[in-house]
Amino acid sequence: MDARTRAEYVERAVWPIGRGDRNFWIAVVVLSALVAAGVFAWIYQLSNGLWVTGLNQKVSWGFYIINCVFFIGISYGGAITSAILRLTNAKWRAPLTRIAEATAVAALLVGAVFPIVDLGRPDRFLNVFLYAQVGSPIVWDVVAISTYAVASLVFLYLPLIPDMAVARDTLAPPPETVRPLLPEVAILRTPRSPVRARVLRGIYDALALGWKGTPAQERALARGIGIMAVLIIPLAVSVHSVLAWLFAVTVRAEWHSTIFAPLFVLGAMFSGVAAVIIVVAAMRKVYGLQRFITAKHFRYLSYLLVALGLAYVYFMVSEYLTEGYVFAEDTAPVLESLFTGAYAPAFWSFSLGGLVLPIVLAALPGRFPVARACVASALVIGGMWLKRFLIVVPGMANPVMPWDWGRYQPTWVEIAITTGAAAAIPLMLIVFFRFFPVMSVHEMEEVEAASEPSHAVPAAAFAGGAE
Amino acid sequence: MTDRPEPIGPADPSRRRLLGAAVAGGAGLVAVPLAPIAFPEADAHASDPARQWAMVIDLRRCDGCKKCTDACQETHELPKSFEWIKVFEVTDDQGRRYFMPRPCFQCENAPCLRVCPVAATFRDEEGVVLVDQDKCIGCRMCMAACPYGARYFNYTDPPKPTHPFQHATPEFPVPQQKGTVGKCMFCVHRTEDGQLPACVEACGMKALWIGDLVEDVATNGDETVRLSRLIKDNDAFRYKEELGTQPRVWYIAGHGQDLDY
Repeated sequence: MDARTRAEYVERAVWPIGRGDRNFWIAVVVLSALVAAGVFAWIYQLSNGLWVTGLNQKVSWGFYIINCVFFIGISYGGAITSAILRLTNAKWRAPLTRIAEATAVAALLVGAVFPIVDLGRPDRFLNVFLYAQVGSPIVWDVVAISTYAVASLVFLYLPLIPDMAVARDTLAPPPETVRPLLPEVAILRTPRSPVRARVLRGIYDALALGWKGTPAQERALARGIGIMAVLIIPLAVSVHSVLAWLFAVTVRAEWHSTIFAPLFVLGAMFSGVAAVIIVVAAMRKVYGLQRFITAKHFRYLSYLLVALGLAYVYFMVSEYLTEGYVFAEDTAPVLESLFTGAYAPAFWSFSLGGLVLPIVLAALPGRFPVARACVASALVIGGMWLKRFLIVVPGMANPVMPWDWGRYQPTWVEIAITTGAAAAIPLMLIVFFRFFPVMSVHEMEEVEAASEPSHAVPAAAFAGGAE
Repeated sequence: MTDRPEPIGPADPSRRRLLGAAVAGGAGLVAVPLAPIAFPEADAHASDPARQWAMVIDLRRCDGCKKCTDACQETHELPKSFEWIKVFEVTDDQGRRYFMPRPCFQCENAPCLRVCPVAATFRDEEGVVLVDQDKCIGCRMCMAACPYGARYFNYTDPPKPTHPFQHATPEFPVPQQKGTVGKCMFCVHRTEDGQLPACVEACGMKALWIGDLVEDVATNGDETVRLSRLIKDNDAFRYKEELGTQPRVWYIAGHGQDLDY
């Protein structure tokens, strides 16, 4: 990478730090309003009780359990994408890993709230620790999710340490008493509100943990990131497996399936990679990263999406074929409701629109790789939410006493909380990337030179650039 | 030196002993901390209780009047939607109709009990599965686990209790607590005073029998019979026996209904 590209990379990565423009504030206000509506709905539910939801005696799990599985699944995709790229030492990973890791944390923070939203007595949540009964899948969930939460935070933070030193240097006061870590940073020292700059500088300084880039520090950091990249995979697998066992350890025939844990893990990776594609595309556009995140990145991520999608199809066929072939008395009503009955529209929308179509879209060679990847990803995300709905709700509504089906009609409370949660993820990401470099500066050496000039932005477009 | 065993095989005995000790110690290390928090079923039969409650429901006699449900709701001050004993109207393959009351089956291998994260569901000494609503967090995992739909979640506040100072206990869960799960508990608050469960007492058809597996007796309020004979002579069956939940409730078929559910 030549000096000019380097300078541009650093500029793009750290430019937004501590600034806000009009679009930023519009996005923050809109998303915050959605989140506030969700919080209001939750408070309404807390003060009235769960009767304000569409849950009932037969279908006693609904949107909240679906959302928990869905959002934690998205998180898993972010973590696994970054871990895979790091472990395979993919040279093209540098502009993507930070976004993937941040997506993992944001989605997890949202997903981890839902088990509590679902409780009838959230005030007694600590009972799970006080009276923990190790045989309960709920206890497994709490242990696995909290372990994974710590791990994904560390996984985000470790590669951030050297970038914190860079961010600190960009906010250095004009009389340059400190020699910046990277020479490019000096160019970026544009005046900001001095108070804010000083506060931010202090925070970055603390977070940088005295990073100086010495060989010993570099070695320790590389080792730490390597360990986390290896650790995060079994941790994320365990989280999604225990979420699957929440269902699979019951005697409800349609849930009591050995394939559930791997099916859930795959579904999580599938939807998570789709989410990473969308977030990467959004950040690329907002921060003008077209020069560094190119069509090639989207093609590679699309391949990952296609591979996971095909694996998911295989698992799903394996599940429905074995169950449908036997057509046992207890699973038959659910299978019928999915294939031809009340849930057939949702099931076929998912199968065709959320699985087949996105795989075709992402797999085909040709023009518009970025747009195709984004459309495919949006379909996958919607489809995987639907799939979780199709696991939870028909499984619940299927009569255990074989004479009366349950019904489930979510109320505005569940819809508002779900929408608020979905809005919280982009909100957290937008705010996060206003304070932390959107691309890893420290790892930029590994970025290959921009190979596709058609997607590069003219240098003139970079206001306050390297020139 | 006599206590040292003679080598009996090619392996070095001291090493074998060491390995054995290591395995045993390792197993102990794992087992010891888990023992007190393992499945609470482990000591279900540890004490020598006076009674082990069971129920027999004679489907030949049930006419579907739902007096059992009404009596249950009155005793436990439940709203009408809480059918701890629920009477299902079933139409069999031949189009014949019969009624099937379903209390909680008090399973010996209870799926609801295993999945509770806080051990709010437990089994009392007399084999009845109870809920400690002061502990329950309302996660409803037990409702997902119960294969009989016997559990009910209190989405709303219960009706105002008739005795304003009534303090609910697992043995007499009145009033129910909002945000927690409740279910049929064989009226242990009545049986411990020598009374019949409310549903058994209310059944005009004498279709419900409450019994004790230890003393091997059963009564429907009119007659008292040998429980084991009642079950055996009438080919009584347990609902969804194949799940292995070991219900404590038997059904006597007789309207010609299909026994293979």
